[in-house]
Amino acid sequence: MALLEVKQLHKRFGGLHAVNDVSFQVEPGQIKAVIGPNGAGKTTLFNMISGTFPATSGAVLFQGRELRGKKPFQVASLGMARTYQNIKMFSGMTALENVMVGRHVQSHAGFLSSMFHMPWTWKEELDIREKSMELLALLEIEEHAHTEAASLAFGQQRAVELARALALEPTLLLLDEPAAGLNIYETAEVGRLITKIRDLGITVLLVEHDMSLVMDISDEIVVLCFGEKIAEDLPTAIQQNPEVIKIYLGEE
Amino acid sequence: MKKLLSILPLLVVVIGVHLLTSATDTMYYLTQMTMSAYYSLLIIGLCVLMGYAGQISLGHAGFFAIGGYLSAALTTRSLIPYQDTLPVKLLDSAGFLLAGQDIYGDSLLVVTPWAACIIAVVTAALIAVAIGIPVLKLKGHYLAMATLGFGIIVYRVALACEYFGEADGISEVPAFMLFPGLSVSGNFGDRVSNYYIAWGLLLIGMVLLLNLMDSRVGRALRGIHGSEEAADAMGVNTARFKLQTFVLSAVFAAIAGVFLTHYNGGIGPSEAGVMKSVRYVAIVAVGGMANLWGTLLMGIVLNFLSLRGVFGSYDDAVFGLILILIMLFAPNGILSINVRYCLKQLTGRNKQDREGEV
Repeated sequence: MALLEVKQLHKRFGGLHAVNDVSFQVEPGQIKAVIGPNGAGKTTLFNMISGTFPATSGAVLFQGRELRGKKPFQVASLGMARTYQNIKMFSGMTALENVMVGRHVQSHAGFLSSMFHMPWTWKEELDIREKSMELLALLEIEEHAHTEAASLAFGQQRAVELARALALEPTLLLLDEPAAGLNIYETAEVGRLITKIRDLGITVLLVEHDMSLVMDISDEIVVLCFGEKIAEDLPTAIQQNPEVIKIYLGEE
Repeated sequence: MKKLLSILPLLVVVIGVHLLTSATDTMYYLTQMTMSAYYSLLIIGLCVLMGYAGQISLGHAGFFAIGGYLSAALTTRSLIPYQDTLPVKLLDSAGFLLAGQDIYGDSLLVVTPWAACIIAVVTAALIAVAIGIPVLKLKGHYLAMATLGFGIIVYRVALACEYFGEADGISEVPAFMLFPGLSVSGNFGDRVSNYYIAWGLLLIGMVLLLNLMDSRVGRALRGIHGSEEAADAMGVNTARFKLQTFVLSAVFAAIAGVFLTHYNGGIGPSEAGVMKSVRYVAIVAVGGMANLWGTLLMGIVLNFLSLRGVFGSYDDAVFGLILILIMLFAPNGILSINVRYCLKQLTGRNKQDREGEV
């Protein structure tokens, strides 16, 4: 069974069909990329999958479960984490604290037990801290754990954001343009981190602009153009696809 | 435990102030210190809502007034005319009613202070839920305006309702006996014990909130402040957490209202006034927004000066001016410009950070 199934998903904003009848599947353990020129509807697609706004029609099935009507926090607790194109760090919090927020769905302390510092929250709190440090180490930024996250370099913020998403222990990780705003070295670095994450057994679905990154790391690629899916294939085949070359890479 | 230890120095200061005033024969300061502590209890609650969770409220004087007015009315207004109604019968059978006489010798039937306190605080919490559910969907200016609207409603109700004494408010509020030998009252003989009751309550409140902010919930709240969308995507039920925080801060405000009303022996509509709410917001801002200690310090200092009449008739004007100056020159609060900035300069941490980035 596919981990994520997108079925004839459709989003209309007024007269604009931002996403038009798009269907595809994400198999467990793969890195799947959605590419397309600006305005192709990639982020809209992502926002529908993660529950940020509802689809006009169509369905999203995650582990066979229909996600219709689920809010982002509910989708997150089912095991789907996401990052943002314009990194949304929690300002005023350190890198470590940012990642610790990511442990939210894996922990339980509520208002009263936190206020009274109940003994059963102690171990949970230690766990949160330990796991978060481990993730910062995994993404090779543990030396910045106690720096305010928003003051880190952009590439480091990306890594913190990835660690924060991983803290949810997701089965599926959605990455919205993970290379946006990064230079060529940082992009290669993020690519390496994404493969590292896939090797942990976490399925990755990413939306991306940067062709070099996508071709390097993806197992399969979906191409969107003006809201419609025009191709879905292996990276090597996508590179040969004349329609894709025409629309996305430009005619030569 | 760590939080309890961090409170210890403050406890020493509290006792120190008492000893100092008694040694210098200036015990009258304790009265304003007691009142400042109650106002500060409201303010630290507002600090969690505003500074940490990022949800402004310009209506917290309303919750203070709901607590104060309800507890005042229930403990002074006679229920004899309603003796046969179900709620009064229920209160009676629960042992929450007290028969007595007013100053003219007419017989009275009122609610006991403990029951009145519980009813007042629970009512404030319920109103906070009812207001919070629709209003907390708003952000920024819109939330400020909506909560301002709530504050104005409470103020006008207090002013218009005969039950709440209209412009005179409610006076002759009896002492609130916490347990035999310890009462919240304005009696001269109870001044020292009331100073400790107020500060004890404030310290407990402070420990609870410090614990809260250093927990899963506290981080989620700060996350909501930083980016509500990202917090949502991290699995934080943002609507629920915002509501719970709103209710928590309303409960702090209501408890402060109940206690201060019994201490003062009465409450008037000015306690529900919009300028009071603005003042509380100003103090949280001066304290550094997401800074419980700064807010506590500023809450005590500014309220104390205000209650001592240092600002004279310009009282509200001073708080308005403080708000302008803070927003302009020290958006991170008074403490941030003095202590922290200087410390950073002295230890050269700024330089290290910059080097670390390269």
